Amino acid sequence: MNYQGVTFPILLMELHPFLQISSMNTGDPLASDPREGSPTERTGLMSGNQTSNTDRPSYRSSASDSPTMPETSVNANETAVVGDSNSNRRSRRPREERTRPDSASASTGEDEELMYGAKHVIMLFVPVTLCMMVVVATMSSITFYTQEQNTYFVYTPFQDQEAPTGTKLWQSFANAGIILCAVIVMTIVLLMLYKYRCYKVINGWLIVSSVMMLFFFSYMYLEQVMRAYNSPLDYITASLIVWNFGMGGLFCIHWKGPLLLQQAYLIIISALVALTFIRYLPDWTVWTVLGVMVVWDLVAVLCPKGPLRVLVETAQSRNEPIFPALIYSSAMVWIVTMADDGGRSKKKKKQETKDTDNNADEEDDDGGFKEHMANGISGHSLEDSVAARSAFQALGDMTQAQKDSSVHSSCVDPLSYYEKSEPQTNLAFSESNGNIQDEPTMQRQAVPEGAVGGAVAADESDVSVRSAKKKQKKRARPTGEGASAAGGEGEPSGGEQQRERPAVPGASDDASEMEEERGIKLGLGDFIFYSVLVGKASSNGDWNTTLACFVAILIGLCCTLLLLAMFRKALPALPISLTFGLVFNFATSALVQPFMDKLNSEQVYI
Amino acid sequence: MTVMEFFGCTFITFGPPFALFLFTIARDPMRVIVLMASGFFWLCALLMSSIVWFAMVPLRDHLAFGVVCSVLLQEIFRFLFYKILRKANDGLLAVSQQTTEQHVTPKDFSNRHIMAYVSGLGFGVIAGTFSIVNVLADMSGPGTIGIEGDSKYFFLTSACLSLCIILLHMCWGVIFFSALDKKQWIRVGMVVTAHMLFACLSLVNQASSSDNSEVYLGSLIPSYLLLFGSGVAAFLTAGGSLVNLKAALICRRGRYEIE
Repeated sequence: MNYQGVTFPILLMELHPFLQISSMNTGDPLASDPREGSPTERTGLMSGNQTSNTDRPSYRSSASDSPTMPETSVNANETAVVGDSNSNRRSRRPREERTRPDSASASTGEDEELMYGAKHVIMLFVPVTLCMMVVVATMSSITFYTQEQNTYFVYTPFQDQEAPTGTKLWQSFANAGIILCAVIVMTIVLLMLYKYRCYKVINGWLIVSSVMMLFFFSYMYLEQVMRAYNSPLDYITASLIVWNFGMGGLFCIHWKGPLLLQQAYLIIISALVALTFIRYLPDWTVWTVLGVMVVWDLVAVLCPKGPLRVLVETAQSRNEPIFPALIYSSAMVWIVTMADDGGRSKKKKKQETKDTDNNADEEDDDGGFKEHMANGISGHSLEDSVAARSAFQALGDMTQAQKDSSVHSSCVDPLSYYEKSEPQTNLAFSESNGNIQDEPTMQRQAVPEGAVGGAVAADESDVSVRSAKKKQKKRARPTGEGASAAGGEGEPSGGEQQRERPAVPGASDDASEMEEERGIKLGLGDFIFYSVLVGKASSNGDWNTTLACFVAILIGLCCTLLLLAMFRKALPALPISLTFGLVFNFATSALVQPFMDKLNSEQVYI
Repeated sequence: MTVMEFFGCTFITFGPPFALFLFTIARDPMRVIVLMASGFFWLCALLMSSIVWFAMVPLRDHLAFGVVCSVLLQEIFRFLFYKILRKANDGLLAVSQQTTEQHVTPKDFSNRHIMAYVSGLGFGVIAGTFSIVNVLADMSGPGTIGIEGDSKYFFLTSACLSLCIILLHMCWGVIFFSALDKKQWIRVGMVVTAHMLFACLSLVNQASSSDNSEVYLGSLIPSYLLLFGSGVAAFLTAGGSLVNLKAALICRRGRYEIE
């Protein structure tokens, strides 16, 4: 719009780049605030979690430690678990372990680590794709964002359009440097504010920024859309629309609202910011900024004293989530939605009615978002639900046994252990059983038939019993025994999984609530820069370049997630994706495009 | 008119692949990722061949050279992708084992044709998209083709040939992977030959003009014959036969499942 108005988004942007992919651990004290309105079992859940969570530096310790390292998790206390699992993770890396039969439990443990696998990748693919699609569609249909203009950010004082290439080059670098400095300064300010617990200031800052974006940018966007399609709109209607949109967004992002809606708002905000960047940054500067951001992201996240790393570590040591306004989360963030019960019970009913085979298929249908819709709450991811379900089948007796006596609070932890350990148990068992539904060739390790599989299963259930005891010393004893009974009885049932499912409604609720909190988080900054790259690539009118960038970025994201699964700490999501994206953008527009144009016009297919 | 043409051609090209994607790929995250990855490999192949084409300055106007290079490079990258996929098999299995119910996903890996099909489709979709998407963008208006002496069937042929190459890549993926699994080098060679044949057939299209639209038949009919042949070969490779085709038609149960 005008010079002053657009200076503001950059203020927001400083916040964003500290976002990396990360997967947070469960249970955070802040989360208890919004949960106040929810039923009491939540508080039980919270307290149960907090005891187990207090000293956890590792992101996913509760998710990954217990199953992978049964022995250590039993013997060590809670703080030691993390260290053990870290050291063991390294030792477990080598692949050949998977083939050794007696390390079957260890290698299934490693597979557990990869739980944040395929499904989570898709859960990020969908929103990233949506965000890019919004940007690209806008870029290609609304000329406002592509036309030449004379207003720029204050941060980019050098904007000589007619300069020779050399001048443009250093100017773009100068611009990018200035922007980078601004980003660094703002990040450090944010870090300082966070470090000295000026939450009010941060929240005020975030809310003011959101207000700006939700009202001002959306109004601007609406205006341009109307202008592009040449349709009149009176101010009253426009203000109504913008007001409703903006207030809805504020509520969803900063207070509570359905997860799906929150995700949608975050995506829209990212798209709007990305569009503003494309619009108001000089042509060349965009590319240099993207390049500089790659380096900055690497430095800020991976350096020992990198500000974002410090921020993330601080947040973790305080056991808090990083500001939800800045992070897209594929699963539960900190909001408990209000209207979730209907959806959840519906889903449960659906599950119960289906038989086992269909269940998997049915669940497969919910990709990314649809799952949240089906779930009402926030999709606990597929594998979680599967794991949990197989956990329930073994847990049935146990939960039934203590259903009336504070099921929820005491169930939580064993559940978290069970959902890890039981699937493997079942797997091992079905292998040894010569197998009901599977092709026998297919299992991952050469587990000797019968004996070892059974031994593994027994071992695992034993371990989980012990760990359950460890976890909640006072109340868990019935749990543990019930579990051991269940472990004994539940396993032989092997394939008939639907057996106890109707019997454990409370447990399934609890488990799904727990699992919601896990999930991959991706910073809005990543969304924004991905979209900037793709949008900028599409601005020269070649769809092949756009597509190439899109594929490259998604593959880069895949690689980042792969690394995430390996290193399990916050990783910068920009470097790999943006490098791929930039390489493919320039390569495609310089080399591939002439080739493909020639092929297309001659109708030659390769 | 142009919009109608745009939608018609879009649906011709992307209708069948989209249906395939929806019914066989989209529900399984692992397959989506493999699809994406194979698309990326095709992109790399295209990039390499563009570099070769670009570097050979004197041959830039002779598309035949670029086409032959590109076909070879694509097959090399398909081979690389095969290698990587088979190497990563354990890892993929580990990832997806947790992802879906245990007794469902291993199908992807026990039946090696599934991943072959997925990666073939990935190659095809990205290849078809790259060859049609800019044409589609031009197709939507404001102008249309035919005034400058080009054939008025230009768009239609492009759409049909793009569909053809998508499906062909899909079939070739299945044949190629299983041939490599069984070390049947002749079949590998056949795939490369078929790809070369298709690419060189499409060179005929260069001769088309507004009063010479029949040329298109010269590439369209053999291409679709090739597609039919490749389809049958892929079907047989994947364990299909006349008997179970009949069985599939008679017994409707489970016919949408890939076994």
